[in-house]
Amino acid sequence: MDFLRPASWEEALAAKAEHPTAVPIAGGTDVMVEINFDHRRPEYLMDLNRVGDLCEWEVGEESVRLGASVPYTRIMENLRAELPGLALASHTVASPQIRNRGGVGGNLGTASPAGDAHPALLAAGAEVEVESVRGTRRIPIDEFYKGVKRNALAADELIRAVHVKKADGPQQFSKVGTRNAMVIAVCAFGLALHPETRTVRTGIGSAAPTPIRAEAAEEFLNAALEEGGFWDNGKIVTPSVAQQFADLCSAACNPIDDVRGTASYRRHAVGVMARRTLTWTWESYRGARRNIEGAA
Amino acid sequence: MRVNFTVNGRPQEADDVWEGESLLYVLRERMGLPGSKNACEQGECGSCTVRLDGVPVCSCLVAAGQVQGREVVTVEGLADYARQRSCGTGGCGTSLEESRQWQAKGTDSRTGEGTELAPIQQAFIDAGAVQCGFCTPGLLVAADEMLERNPDPTDADIREALSGNLCRCTGYEKIMDAVRLAAARQGGAV
Repeated sequence: MDFLRPASWEEALAAKAEHPTAVPIAGGTDVMVEINFDHRRPEYLMDLNRVGDLCEWEVGEESVRLGASVPYTRIMENLRAELPGLALASHTVASPQIRNRGGVGGNLGTASPAGDAHPALLAAGAEVEVESVRGTRRIPIDEFYKGVKRNALAADELIRAVHVKKADGPQQFSKVGTRNAMVIAVCAFGLALHPETRTVRTGIGSAAPTPIRAEAAEEFLNAALEEGGFWDNGKIVTPSVAQQFADLCSAACNPIDDVRGTASYRRHAVGVMARRTLTWTWESYRGARRNIEGAA
Repeated sequence: MRVNFTVNGRPQEADDVWEGESLLYVLRERMGLPGSKNACEQGECGSCTVRLDGVPVCSCLVAAGQVQGREVVTVEGLADYARQRSCGTGGCGTSLEESRQWQAKGTDSRTGEGTELAPIQQAFIDAGAVQCGFCTPGLLVAADEMLERNPDPTDADIREALSGNLCRCTGYEKIMDAVRLAAARQGGAV
């Protein structure tokens, strides 16, 4: 094994072009587990900790450009207003020690369906900024996950940042596990209300070969909210609408039985989380609306 | 490969390090510092917790090559680290030799008298928060860092800060007592 220590992003890209089998390591919370357990013996290990700008973020007009290695701890502490769904999801990642090291770039690189960041990124809307010596491209999050632990990266590409749309409405994240800390999701659900476009987006984790959106459920809910004038009248979402939404989210899953849970449990739990997160976010939206009207 | 980094305030050098080796392995097997415990090797248990540039991390998940030029504090250097923090002077650190000889024994193994201890270590002894002792070093490093950041923690703060450290003996109640005691002593209440 060779240990590569690029001192800059350009050096990292050059090294990845020269050694496409090089495995990037940043927080190490996935890669080191595989090495410790002898599940992986990469030819080259490439340390990205020396590339400082990977740990930085910028809050822009429309979106946040989040460096691939910004630790989850920083996201929780600094981006709760801009990226509430991702901040909530970050807080459920493993433990403080892991959140101090791991970042969204690692979740995307590993592309496990159980990665905690994925449902939040899918619900908020995001693009992954990847780069190689050939150039830069931005991959929409919906096109990023290609299979179990497979993503859209080419062999010479590295993840530099993720551009996440700033919240224009309430967002929620929910995760099922046996305890609060140190849990790999049995399944997880992210939901974001987008009042500006009058749409709702979802993200489902650990209930299909890849993280997915429940698109049919979103379409149904968008139509139902529009038809009932809910965005304007701020009424509570009709229980039958919430239930139909939950059922469609369950139906979007394609889960497996494994040590953490059965397929039917996952399908059921996703429905429950869908209904709850819809209720939480909608209550928050109604509350915000009332405050605006009260002030006017 | 060779890795140069600071351990407990002193520059150290590790040679013939395998590229896939963890920081934990280097500390235990190459530097003779077995205080950081090797248990799960997957970041689940927290017993290998050390501070890397001040931040608590699982040393089993840090590749040795990643610590080049960086600062590591282990449980063996915790007393010195805490002393420097309280008096505000830059001390000279703890040598490997001293670190290797460090024991929580002193002249009285029950009270720790005669050994220099960090306040959190003394609090663990006084509160009876140690049973088999395997999780203790990781808990000490994590708890000490929390008290540095948050001198007046709520129970929820303590639980969250220690949520990455598993103890299979005590049921955590005595550990909670110990951290509360250390916080109270730090605040001058006891």
